[in-house]
Amino acid sequence: MRLALDIALSHLGGRRRQTLVSLLGVMLGVGFFLAVSALMRGSEADIIKRLVDSAPHITIRDEFRMVAAQPAELAYPSGAVAISSLKPRNEPRGIRQYRRHLASIDALADDVGGLQAAPILIGQAIFSFAGRNEAVTLSGVVPSRMMNVSAVEEDIIDGSLADLDADSNGIIIGLALAKKLSLERGENVTVVSPTGNIRAMKIVALFSTGNVSYDESQTFANLTRVQALLNRPNTANSIIVKLNDASQARDVAADVERTIGYKSVSWQEASKDLLDTLIVRNVIMYTVVGAILLVACFGIYNIISTVVLEKTRDIAILKSMGFHADDIRQIFVIEGAIIGVAGSLLGIAMGAAMTYALGQVEIQPPGSTEAINLPVYWGVDQFLLAASFAIGSAVMAAWLPARKGSRVEPVDILRGAV
Amino acid sequence: MSILRAEHITRRLTGEIDVTLVEDASVSIEQGEFVVIRGPSGSGKSSLLYLLGLLDQPTSGRLLLEGEDTSLFNEDQRADRRLRKLGFVFQFHFLLVEFSALENVMMPMRRLGALSASDQRKRAADILSRLDLADHMHKRPSQLSGGQRQRVAIARALANDPRIILADEPTGALDTKSSENVRDILRRLASEEGRSIIAVTHDLHFAEAADRQIEIVDGRIVSGGGAIN
Repeated sequence: MRLALDIALSHLGGRRRQTLVSLLGVMLGVGFFLAVSALMRGSEADIIKRLVDSAPHITIRDEFRMVAAQPAELAYPSGAVAISSLKPRNEPRGIRQYRRHLASIDALADDVGGLQAAPILIGQAIFSFAGRNEAVTLSGVVPSRMMNVSAVEEDIIDGSLADLDADSNGIIIGLALAKKLSLERGENVTVVSPTGNIRAMKIVALFSTGNVSYDESQTFANLTRVQALLNRPNTANSIIVKLNDASQARDVAADVERTIGYKSVSWQEASKDLLDTLIVRNVIMYTVVGAILLVACFGIYNIISTVVLEKTRDIAILKSMGFHADDIRQIFVIEGAIIGVAGSLLGIAMGAAMTYALGQVEIQPPGSTEAINLPVYWGVDQFLLAASFAIGSAVMAAWLPARKGSRVEPVDILRGAV
Repeated sequence: MSILRAEHITRRLTGEIDVTLVEDASVSIEQGEFVVIRGPSGSGKSSLLYLLGLLDQPTSGRLLLEGEDTSLFNEDQRADRRLRKLGFVFQFHFLLVEFSALENVMMPMRRLGALSASDQRKRAADILSRLDLADHMHKRPSQLSGGQRQRVAIARALANDPRIILADEPTGALDTKSSENVRDILRRLASEEGRSIIAVTHDLHFAEAADRQIEIVDGRIVSGGGAIN
């Protein structure tokens, strides 16, 4: 092995320029692979984290996925029953008996490794202050439950969610809305519901998510207060669930839907289009970057083929000395491996530098008030993937010319040379 | 017992036109014998040498190396015997240009792996010294004269202490003085060290130094093949 390595190094050292070009090919392939992969996977992880962290893992809505079976269908399940022009019974929207359903969901906690659920009643309202009116979304929440299932508490910059319990007439608004209406914490605003109820509410806390339109339109109040304001006592129109293991959301949502009947949407289902887009994006990325490495491998194939051609006489001499075909093949495969390993190491250094540089770039996402650094992924797996792909490809690229070299018949060369 | 014995060997190349390189050749080489193979150009001298040196496989006939029939050997077995029992010297030195004279001589030893690295180095240096190359062992082939390169090639052929040295026109590319030097070295290897030398040559002066001359014409041995029963 050591002898083969020495001969391989002597071959590569004798063709420094071509070796350098091949090394650069692998280095650039690995470097760009890592930089693009770090950026793509970083942004993907960031998007998923935002989806998982900022939105509920499961949202139970006051609607059904399937139309309820009609009494005639239930009475004659195997009969030839055709029903047309049915008008569903007129009933108020909302999850009926939401407390019972909440208890059923809470009971699943042990089976799924822990979960928290919170009921919400969402409605529209008008904010009226100093002669100005603003339409807002009013969410009625149970502070003690909401704290565990949403990021609202983390976004509050002045006050806390628990202040809604301390003052049942309290309301939490976004900093952007407060600035728009020149409001401050502790001031009172008039809230008008679509049913005509009017109530003066006290601003007990301010939040800021960085998303201007959300911060200008979203407000939170105590659930019972919102139920009263909207004339919908004992009603919630959604239950949101946070799981300790977000990856189980799809299965748990199906369980919940089977148990309580209401439509339960996991974060994966809600973001299916986005997740599918991420998969397509990954396929495109790995194809393009794989093509770069493939081109680099053609360079390796080229140099090893050239060396085999140039060293045909040496191969014949080595074989006449007693070297086996395997020894010859090993020499040229080692040459490919050396280029692959050295190119990968240089490529990893280059990729790490590019990833670091990309991670320093600041961007301001649309609708956000805060600048963030480009999210990049530093996982070891992508470094291992890039290096193993490059080294594997380099060895494969060297294998064909190496095999050709090992088949050289010394007599053919010696006879021709003499 | 002959150290190397070819019995009615024939080498035929098949293709659009069949070519017979060596036909029904029988040769017996004894230990310590210096034998030259002579004949006109294209008569099959080198082809016979390659067959005797296990670089090529006869189409028919038997070849016995130290009593072992090599006719049915595969490529790896022939390579193994070349490594252990045979040494080659060619018209052109065929040294590996990226390595020093010492490293070239160590090459077969390293492949065999029978000696430690330091013993390999010591043995290679000894062989080079015996061939008056002590001052040149760290030079690369490009820094040596033609005669010196050919002596390094002889040293490499001796690396694994083979009993048989096969030389294909070893003086063909050398001046008169270097030719005489190479001839004397090969002569000494036979008479003093008991190695069998088989050399192909056109050089009459070189051939006169041999114990025996094998004459080959059109692939057939016409004289000097030795006693084959």
